Amino acid sequence: MGIDKSIKNVEVKVLETIKEIQDQIISDFELFDEWDEKYAYIIEMGKKLAPMPEHFKVNENKIKGCQSTVWLASEVQDGRLVYYADSDAVIVKGLVSLLIKVFSNHKANEIIANEPYFIDKIGMQQHLSMTRSNGLAAMVKQMKMYAIAFQS
Amino acid sequence: MNTLINDIEPYTTMQGDLDVQKIRLDFPVLNQLVNGKPLIYLDNAATTQKPKQVIDSIVNYYQFANANIHRGIHTLAERATAEYEATRKSLSTFINSPSPEQVIFTRGTTESINLVAFTYGKSVLKLGDEILVSALEHHSNLVPWLMIAKETGAVVKIIPMNDEGELLIEEYQKMLSEKVKIVAINHVSNSLGTINPVKQMIAMAHGVGAVVVVDGAQSVSHLDIDVQDLDADFYALSSHKFYGPTGIGALYGKRALLENMPPYQGGGEMIKDVFYNSFTVNELPYKFEAGTPNIADTVALKAAIDYIQRISKVKIRDHENVLLAHATKLLSEIDGLKIIGQAKEKVSVLSFVIDGVHHQDIGILLDQEGIAVRTGHHCTQPLMERCGIAGTTRASFAMYNTLEEINQLQWGLTKVLKMLR
Ligand SMILES: Cc1ncc(COP(=O)(O)O)c(C=O)c1O
Repeated sequence: MGIDKSIKNVEVKVLETIKEIQDQIISDFELFDEWDEKYAYIIEMGKKLAPMPEHFKVNENKIKGCQSTVWLASEVQDGRLVYYADSDAVIVKGLVSLLIKVFSNHKANEIIANEPYFIDKIGMQQHLSMTRSNGLAAMVKQMKMYAIAFQS
Repeated sequence: MNTLINDIEPYTTMQGDLDVQKIRLDFPVLNQLVNGKPLIYLDNAATTQKPKQVIDSIVNYYQFANANIHRGIHTLAERATAEYEATRKSLSTFINSPSPEQVIFTRGTTESINLVAFTYGKSVLKLGDEILVSALEHHSNLVPWLMIAKETGAVVKIIPMNDEGELLIEEYQKMLSEKVKIVAINHVSNSLGTINPVKQMIAMAHGVGAVVVVDGAQSVSHLDIDVQDLDADFYALSSHKFYGPTGIGALYGKRALLENMPPYQGGGEMIKDVFYNSFTVNELPYKFEAGTPNIADTVALKAAIDYIQRISKVKIRDHENVLLAHATKLLSEIDGLKIIGQAKEKVSVLSFVIDGVHHQDIGILLDQEGIAVRTGHHCTQPLMERCGIAGTTRASFAMYNTLEEINQLQWGLTKVLKMLR
């Protein structure tokens, strides 16, 4: 019995899966009734996004749209991809920070295999729009490209 | 600008001599919810909405008249041709062209300008010649000139402006020389709303023998256009900017110029006779109208012109001036908001930036409140750079907009700023 107890108390640090993180975001967003609560949260996420190290802010990491500019970079830590991003517009930055929350710290094969279905579920599909060259779809594609590049 | 604004009760439906509520009933698209809120459409400089008279005209055309024009001898072909040519007459009168043949149908302003650049421009420009283009130009009235300059060895020079968004006429005077062959300017700036003194600028250009191409995309919905009074050599316009359908526009040109220009595209309609090894070119305006045109939308353009004339441009302009004055006053009260484009002569376009807030964020959030504005560089990237900004938020007003909608815009902006700051 004593052994059982001690096992229960051991904190096993399990990295959440991409799916678990997405489902968490979806349930967080279910708390919001009004559009402004949703966007206030995204804006907050944008403002709180960890600053991107300056050396990543180079042209190769720039996704230039006709409205705003997004920088997106990645590096590998312990075999996992870590993403960094920045933008001059805060809503885009908040949305990218959600993508980072979902994909960062995962293995390349996981990133490649998972689609960010949460975007649709939290009602942000309008920002996926392919017509915006730096829409979320372009950023997801870029994140996956980094993963593919790392894998090969 | 109208100074009576303080005397106007903001909630009245009669604004000036215009019964706006009655007009709004003619625009079915306005009567809808966007994101659960009544649509407030303030993106009229991008495109205006269409009255049901225009929509009905398109439907009618396809239901009762559809046929290919000019070549047929059956009844429908004659009916379609008559309606198509009726629009040419109507548009010709609308801009006071000396004759309908000088009005060439195109897809719009962009195609009209390209037509001039690649026919007239290509045939006259030589190495070292100059094309003067204003600092205010839409990419449509800059890129074709850069392209033809590259092809011919001509040079594009930019007519500068002041910080208010007004062209510097004295500088322009200094730039004019025998080397200048073409001057390309807009009548009204889409980004800033500036009304340029085109009549004066045309006279100055003619002094050195240059030909002037006026981009009228933004002017036709607001101003009375008289191409003869302006003495414009070419005048380009787009139907969709003045309550007509998309996909149709026109190029007005002086007869002598049009007659001497080579054709633009080859195909049916633009020819008189064709042989296996040669062809002869048709008369004006058909010379420049190769292929089956956009007949239905051209026919419906007449309904738009009729609609505007029935309401009267003077009344529309007065109403829009009241809206602009009201919006300028209300928005100026917003902390950190700076209006970009403060020319003395302006149409109802209000571009602005707000300290520390990105225009894209404003656009996304206003949309959630059902308010449609445009954000970005408005296809005038060099102009934005000249203003030292990446883009603006632009609200542009049309005959169906109300003072109440502008109050809503101010309310929306205040709410959005609270969220963003
Ligand atoms: C000043 C100006 N020029 C040219 C254009 C191009 O017109 P269109 O796209 O109808 O050819 C526009 C439209 O945005 C405009 O505002």
